[in-house]
Amino acid sequence: MKKHILLVVAALVLVACKDVDEAAVLNPNRNVTFNFTQNWEGDEITNADYQTTEYTNAHGETMTISKLRYLISDIAFTDENGDSTIIKGYNLVNAREATNTQYKPAKKIQEGTYTLSFTFGFEKEDNIDGAYPDLTSADWNVPEDLGGGYHFMQLEGTFIDNTGTVAPYLYHTIRAANKTDDALELQDTSFEVDLGTVTVKEGVVYEIKMDVAEWFKNPNEWDLNELNSNLMGNFGAQLKMSENGRTVFSLGETTIVEE
Amino acid sequence: MTVFKNIPTFVLTVACALLISSCAKEETNKTEQAEEGYEPTPLALQTPVLFQEKLDSPVIPADNPQTVEGVALGKKLFFDPILSGNNTLACAGCHIQEEGFSDSRQFSPGIDGVEGRRNSMPLFNLAWNHKETFFWDGRAISLENQALEPVIDPVEMHNTWPNAVSSLQAAPEYPELFAKAFGTSTIDSTLVSKAIAQFVRTLISGNSRYDQYLRGEIELTQAEQNGLNVYKDEERGDCFHCHGTPPNNLLWTDNDFHNNGLDKTFDDLGRGAITGDPREFGLFKTPSLRNLAYTAPYMHDGRFETLEEVIDHYSEGLVYSETIDPLMKAVGEGGVQLSEQDKQDLKAFLLALSDESFINNPDFQNK
Ligand code: HEC
Ligand code: HEC
Repeated sequence: MKKHILLVVAALVLVACKDVDEAAVLNPNRNVTFNFTQNWEGDEITNADYQTTEYTNAHGETMTISKLRYLISDIAFTDENGDSTIIKGYNLVNAREATNTQYKPAKKIQEGTYTLSFTFGFEKEDNIDGAYPDLTSADWNVPEDLGGGYHFMQLEGTFIDNTGTVAPYLYHTIRAANKTDDALELQDTSFEVDLGTVTVKEGVVYEIKMDVAEWFKNPNEWDLNELNSNLMGNFGAQLKMSENGRTVFSLGETTIVEE
Repeated sequence: MTVFKNIPTFVLTVACALLISSCAKEETNKTEQAEEGYEPTPLALQTPVLFQEKLDSPVIPADNPQTVEGVALGKKLFFDPILSGNNTLACAGCHIQEEGFSDSRQFSPGIDGVEGRRNSMPLFNLAWNHKETFFWDGRAISLENQALEPVIDPVEMHNTWPNAVSSLQAAPEYPELFAKAFGTSTIDSTLVSKAIAQFVRTLISGNSRYDQYLRGEIELTQAEQNGLNVYKDEERGDCFHCHGTPPNNLLWTDNDFHNNGLDKTFDDLGRGAITGDPREFGLFKTPSLRNLAYTAPYMHDGRFETLEEVIDHYSEGLVYSETIDPLMKAVGEGGVQLSEQDKQDLKAFLLALSDESFINNPDFQNK
């Protein structure tokens, strides 16, 4: 009996605690969820498409995709006054294996209207060699000779080259590194992706779409015959990939999921 | 956090806290009763400092914590042929410490003299396989599940679990050892597998020349240093994309599955036989590059006797098949054609990943 009373008391405490902060009642903090999806010019890429479905890139090569992993970091909600709430942290999406295609950060965002943005890859300050053991487990590191830190994306597969032969491509993006005999010049190639205006509500889920075809399209039409592997150490190629990445992402559906 | 505005709220909070602590107490009482007051002694894994710095924490299941008594029992079981159908073959018969807990025979014969079709795998640092997929094809999930298989595998220990358990139950010393490790003298296959998994988790190797170099204790030789560069250079070895990037991935494997260009067609479908997915035909788990000095022969079928053969394979022996990994470059020419110097240096570097203190560690010996 005594316990029952205590239970009621405990429930009251919880309710009481919740009620105190009046600002939070007007504008409560909400969980937000991000779903990462991938498509080729609008056709969704599902597990069954890897290694089998043939795509034609802007330059005209027939290609398949066997692996697609990419890292995004520091999702930001910026309000109309320009104040940002930043979700510090990263999410490594493995599109083929469908791991981390859903990202539910612990941090909550206050209800309201914002512009939504994130960083593709790691900005310089966060790209710290060896700092994230889980990314090491995922074999996501970049050798020190190329500046260390982490990959931003690994897009791999095969294409039919201009002799008609099946050849591999390894479209790996990292911070650009120019290695000469006595120096290592590094240039940050991460970039901010602006997804436009969103409304934060309880249970909101944002779809973040990647159109893989865009990596091969603009502004640099990509010729896989010229640039297919050994791109990590290719400074110029890294800059071009970074440029092409700017149009890859867009905001998809916004849905509400009742918990 | 908001401060409570009035006294009643404060009182309620205290009441609430009391409630929580009273509940907690009740629960402890319950578990103590079940185990009749006995708790085995917790035992921390001897994790190398570099692993602590660079790697995720090891996988230890909540329902099988490491204990002094559990590890001791697991070790005894690992070396005891009692688990096999005719009392002749222990785990240690195919996982030999001097050979990095693998087997220098291409295929290890089981108790009936029949050989399996795969090379025995070395055993170390397995608690850091965060994907928890074991065997060349990853068919066992968790070390506990893995340990159940060899005992009943017809080409290995060829026993049945009921038989193995009754032999242990009838043996003079085992019931008491299980009581010490798990609080019960009633033996079953789950407890056997738990004890063995605890011992296997203690097999840790982290003291190679390369580790010593990272700790600032020694210098690498010129050859080892150049070999490391070959390993990391995407235009030459490009080994790091699967075997891990130094100085961070000290496991030397991604614990993932790949086809590294050994065959045109597959006698052994590897990962694909487990998943049934033709896109995974001929994929095998990337083995660690630690302790290669002791673990010959190499590859899932032990086809290469020397590291020279392995390096020649990657340099000019690659064979095309549909599932070959895109990281295998210039397959048309058999590979990227490393220079003789680079090959020798790569070998020197690979050997610098071998850890003599591991194969001589008395904790892992049957005493
Ligand atoms: C007859 C020889 C033989 C015996 C006896 C044997 N093993 Fe093995 N072990 C192998 C072979 C061969 C493989 C690889 C099999 C495969 O991939 O299908 C293996 C694989 C393993 C692996 C997987 C390692 C990894 O990295 O995935 C573990 C762990 C292991 N054995 C532990 C044991 C234990 C524990 C016992 C005793 C209960 C045992 N083995 C008995 C031959 C043997
Ligand atoms: C695409 C991923 C990949 C790359 C890149 C790669 N390996 Fe491997 N390696 C594997 C896989 C998978 C196996 C096991 C294959 C099998 O047994 O069928 C293996 C096996 C080995 C083995 C045999 C180890 C043992 O215990 O049997 C050695 C040694 C080795 N690789 C060294 C290297 C070196 C050196 C390089 C760079 C020149 C390299 N690997 C590049 C995936 C890779």
